[in-house]
Amino acid sequence: MTQQLDIIGETGIQFFGKISASISHEFKNALAIINENAGLLDDFTLMAEKGIPIDPERLRFPAENIAKQIQRANEIVKRMNQFSHSTDKSLKMLELGEMTKFMATISERFAAIRSITLDTKLPETPIMILTHPFLLETLIFLCLDFAMDAVGEKKTIGIITGKTENSVCLRFTGLKRLGEVQTDFPTGREMSLLAYLNAELATETDAGEIILYLPEKISESENT
Amino acid sequence: MSEKVLLIDDEKDFVVPLAERMKNRGIDVSSTTSPLEAIKKVEEESYDAIVLDLMMPEMDGLETLAALKEKRPELQIILLTGHATVEKGIEAMKLGAMDFLEKPIDLKVLSEKIKKAQAKKMILVEKRTEEKIKQIIMEKSW
Repeated sequence: MTQQLDIIGETGIQFFGKISASISHEFKNALAIINENAGLLDDFTLMAEKGIPIDPERLRFPAENIAKQIQRANEIVKRMNQFSHSTDKSLKMLELGEMTKFMATISERFAAIRSITLDTKLPETPIMILTHPFLLETLIFLCLDFAMDAVGEKKTIGIITGKTENSVCLRFTGLKRLGEVQTDFPTGREMSLLAYLNAELATETDAGEIILYLPEKISESENT
Repeated sequence: MSEKVLLIDDEKDFVVPLAERMKNRGIDVSSTTSPLEAIKKVEEESYDAIVLDLMMPEMDGLETLAALKEKRPELQIILLTGHATVEKGIEAMKLGAMDFLEKPIDLKVLSEKIKKAQAKKMILVEKRTEEKIKQIIMEKSW
């Protein structure tokens, strides 16, 4: 058990670091764009001071760009804040579709770098589950990371949230190369998280899917 | 003589104003958001410096760097990175980058690096021309 908790702790910290680095990188990109557009406005000001006529239309593009990037940076910070708060409680009632959508959003940059699209399909009715939010995020991220290695030629991963008779499930679809890349997945990291969250993972090589089965409630006494 | 620069970054909102600012400073700059288009441009034209973003979706910066160097080994490439660390710098230099710079950019610093790149490229080209002349003289043995 102690060894399993050590693995979970280490995996969780690595995941937190990876997401923080990605978010800060994205934030820096927004700052870089603001910097260039502010610099361009400064150039125009210097030109005007020298008596060079400036068409007001030329000012519109950098000004609009700055406003756009401020909105983008604000969204990035909101995501960082929401992500950080997922460590607040060891057990929380949450809506699985919302969490899946959030995970797809914070993983988008990793997917984009590999030219992969994440296509999230939300459930028709909300699916509430009682779980450990941060550890579930960690497990979903590990599944997505593996799915990116196994994605087929279409380069699109479907993430579908649904219900089964006794549990809820998350399907990662479009993994046509599962048979080629599947070596030791799930590894010790995923296995430890699965055990902690009372979850199960199924691999459907022919269908090109991995399915994560989650209980509607994890035991409060065992895992808090 | 104005420096001829190719700017490669997938963020159009970054590339367009930066290119305009560089033009305002007398730099002859072309830009593209596509690494594949950049490779084509490098095949067709000669540049004093390439300013290249490290993280791009179509093809990452290091892959692009390797492909550009393969086409034209004399190219002077300045890498742009979100977080410049010593480790990343060493990695970039090992792959043949001339220098690297952290975003957001200080245009004064970038301009200086571009000037250095132009000088370095001129030395390389002169050296190569000298070698060619020597080879011709040897072969002809007048």
